[in-house]
Amino acid sequence: MSLSTDLSQATPPNGKPGAGKAGVRKPGSGLAGDGSGATAPAPRRRTRQSRERLFQWLFLVPAVVYMALFFGYPVVKNVVMSFQDYTTATFFTGEAPWVGLANYAKVLSSSLFSTSLLNTALFTIGSIAGQFVIGLALAIFFQRKFPLNGILRSLLLLPWLLPLIVSSAVWRWILDKDSGALNRFLGDLHIVDTGVPWLTSTSLALIAVVGVNIWIGIPFNLTILYGGLQEIPDELYEAGSLDGATGWKAFRHITSPMLRPVVSVVLVLGVVYTLKVLDIILGLTNGGPANSTQTIATQSYALSFQEFKFGEGAALGNILVIISLVFAVLYLRASRRAVDE
Amino acid sequence: MKSAIRKNRPLAAGVTALVGLPILLSGCGTAASSSSAESVSEISVMDYYNNEPDKSFIGDALTACGTKAGVTIKRETVPGKSLISKVLQQSSSKTLPDVLMLDNPDLQQIAATGALAPLSDFNISTADFAPGVLSAGTYKDKVYGLAPTVNTIALFYNKDLLAKAGVTPPTTWDELKAAATKLTAGDQYGLAFNANPTYEGTWQFLPVMWSNGGNEKNIDTEETAQALQLWTDLVKDGSVSSSALNWTQADVKDQFLAGKAAMMVNGPWQIPSLDKQASLQYGVVKIPVREAGQTVVAPLGGEVWTVPQTGNKARQAKAAEVVSCLNSDENQLGMAKVRNTIPSKTTLAAKFADENPKLAVFTDLVKTARARTGQLGEGWPAQATKIYTAI
Repeated sequence: MSLSTDLSQATPPNGKPGAGKAGVRKPGSGLAGDGSGATAPAPRRRTRQSRERLFQWLFLVPAVVYMALFFGYPVVKNVVMSFQDYTTATFFTGEAPWVGLANYAKVLSSSLFSTSLLNTALFTIGSIAGQFVIGLALAIFFQRKFPLNGILRSLLLLPWLLPLIVSSAVWRWILDKDSGALNRFLGDLHIVDTGVPWLTSTSLALIAVVGVNIWIGIPFNLTILYGGLQEIPDELYEAGSLDGATGWKAFRHITSPMLRPVVSVVLVLGVVYTLKVLDIILGLTNGGPANSTQTIATQSYALSFQEFKFGEGAALGNILVIISLVFAVLYLRASRRAVDE
Repeated sequence: MKSAIRKNRPLAAGVTALVGLPILLSGCGTAASSSSAESVSEISVMDYYNNEPDKSFIGDALTACGTKAGVTIKRETVPGKSLISKVLQQSSSKTLPDVLMLDNPDLQQIAATGALAPLSDFNISTADFAPGVLSAGTYKDKVYGLAPTVNTIALFYNKDLLAKAGVTPPTTWDELKAAATKLTAGDQYGLAFNANPTYEGTWQFLPVMWSNGGNEKNIDTEETAQALQLWTDLVKDGSVSSSALNWTQADVKDQFLAGKAAMMVNGPWQIPSLDKQASLQYGVVKIPVREAGQTVVAPLGGEVWTVPQTGNKARQAKAAEVVSCLNSDENQLGMAKVRNTIPSKTTLAAKFADENPKLAVFTDLVKTARARTGQLGEGWPAQATKIYTAI
């Protein structure tokens, strides 16, 4: 019974829920872990237990302090700010009068709110659907053994590695109406005869932005789903094929049920990531034309940093946080179920 | 005892973490606070001229002014986009620089916070400054900032393309529409402007709106609607690419340089890059008005220099000396010449126009130029909606 094993047990894997970490929470791995089936006399055990408890807390302290400073404080500050009339003058004078729910009332009743809520929903659903379907198709494709498999798979990670602002600048150029690469390409194939205004038409801009976001999200989906597919034992497929389950049937009856926990995790994380997308939209269209790509995230940014209505921006930000939280809770439940299964 | 040591180490780590973080956090962004009011040897300056050549031009002028005032200049340049957020951070941590440059439409926002000292406290003369320049630097009847040089926008045209099409530079909206239509052929558009959903798009729309009598206080007027209709028509009949809704002014200049636009709405700061291309023959005229006889009212661009309330009277006085020196006649002319901008003082501007005919149109415009209030930014997307739905 060495001290080190006790310690290794005492560094708990259970990050606080909602920490935004994909840490898997072991059910019942509480702090009181004395799994040594101890036969030691009681008094000694008590001192050892309390000492262990102390150690456990000491290991937790840096993480708790870090979380409180870098997650807790901004969140609390943001909530407080959303109930205040927080303007540029506040920075100099430090005065921010309380206005109760006025900020919330203002952003919720603004004519833009419904537009941006709808855009956020469309953007999220469109992005997730596209990313997931293409990611899954590629993941299944890469299950096969063929030369260059590994190299191709790592190349597909590129969109993930590029800084978003670089990607959006490049895409802006690709999607340009008059001299963009995409329109040139389509024009040469005689699919279109005049330039398609990808980013400057109210009906197409959102589609174009979703397309770019799908391109960015594919690697994430591919990587996680590929990992999930690798986990499914080959014996199942062998047994299935004896019973006549091949191809589509095998996918339906073996792959999809076995992959379900991974799928739910990917989808929920994807939703949370997509809800808060800001830089891609700012880089491509800045919310235009005519607010057709304005999402809650971009509008919150515009309110705070372009119109200096920090209170309203914070209120809108909090609404977005609440929407994300719903999915975060779903994720936690899904991942717990996944472990239980 | 072994266990005791083991116990202490994590504790120490925890304590270090607890104590260390605030120190780390407060470690950044503390400026050297001057000790007292006897002698000021250093003045801190912040501006957003972080690109050459402006960076050096402004830097040299600052250094010279510092020498004159007997202080060394400690200058910081930040990217234009982050200047305001930086100023807000500094005003909350009371670490504002001694001399601060602001883009003129932002001045009223910042002055309203109480972070700036009125220049009248330091007896800085505001005589002879163009009225538009003064109103841009004024908040509640007090002048808080002065701009040594200003700029505005006008209509650039490609002489060769216009000659080829037999078009003379337009002076009215109807002429503009006709000329733009005539100049549109193949992948060449007649005109380029930017109508992106930012203040930049607003800025380029203001000259047509204001010249027609539109007012940003109430954008729901006949005059503004007419101006908007002009922009809409130009895009609708294909004389302006609908990409204008996503262009910046730099993109507009690139289109013009590449010969993809025969005319463009832009400012004098593009002149150096236009001059680099020897094959390009261009001219500048005022932005057309709806009916002959209307005065062109162009928006005023440029940066004002201010003295923040740092609470140290001696330093503020020195800072004011520097601001005053930056706005001296000699500096106004010097900066205008190298930066292709217009001196703010009317008498200087007149002299300057005689010496630099290329900028004469802009000089003329500055006389009647109006300061923006930046309030239109919110209304602009809605207008862009109308523009776009019309297409």
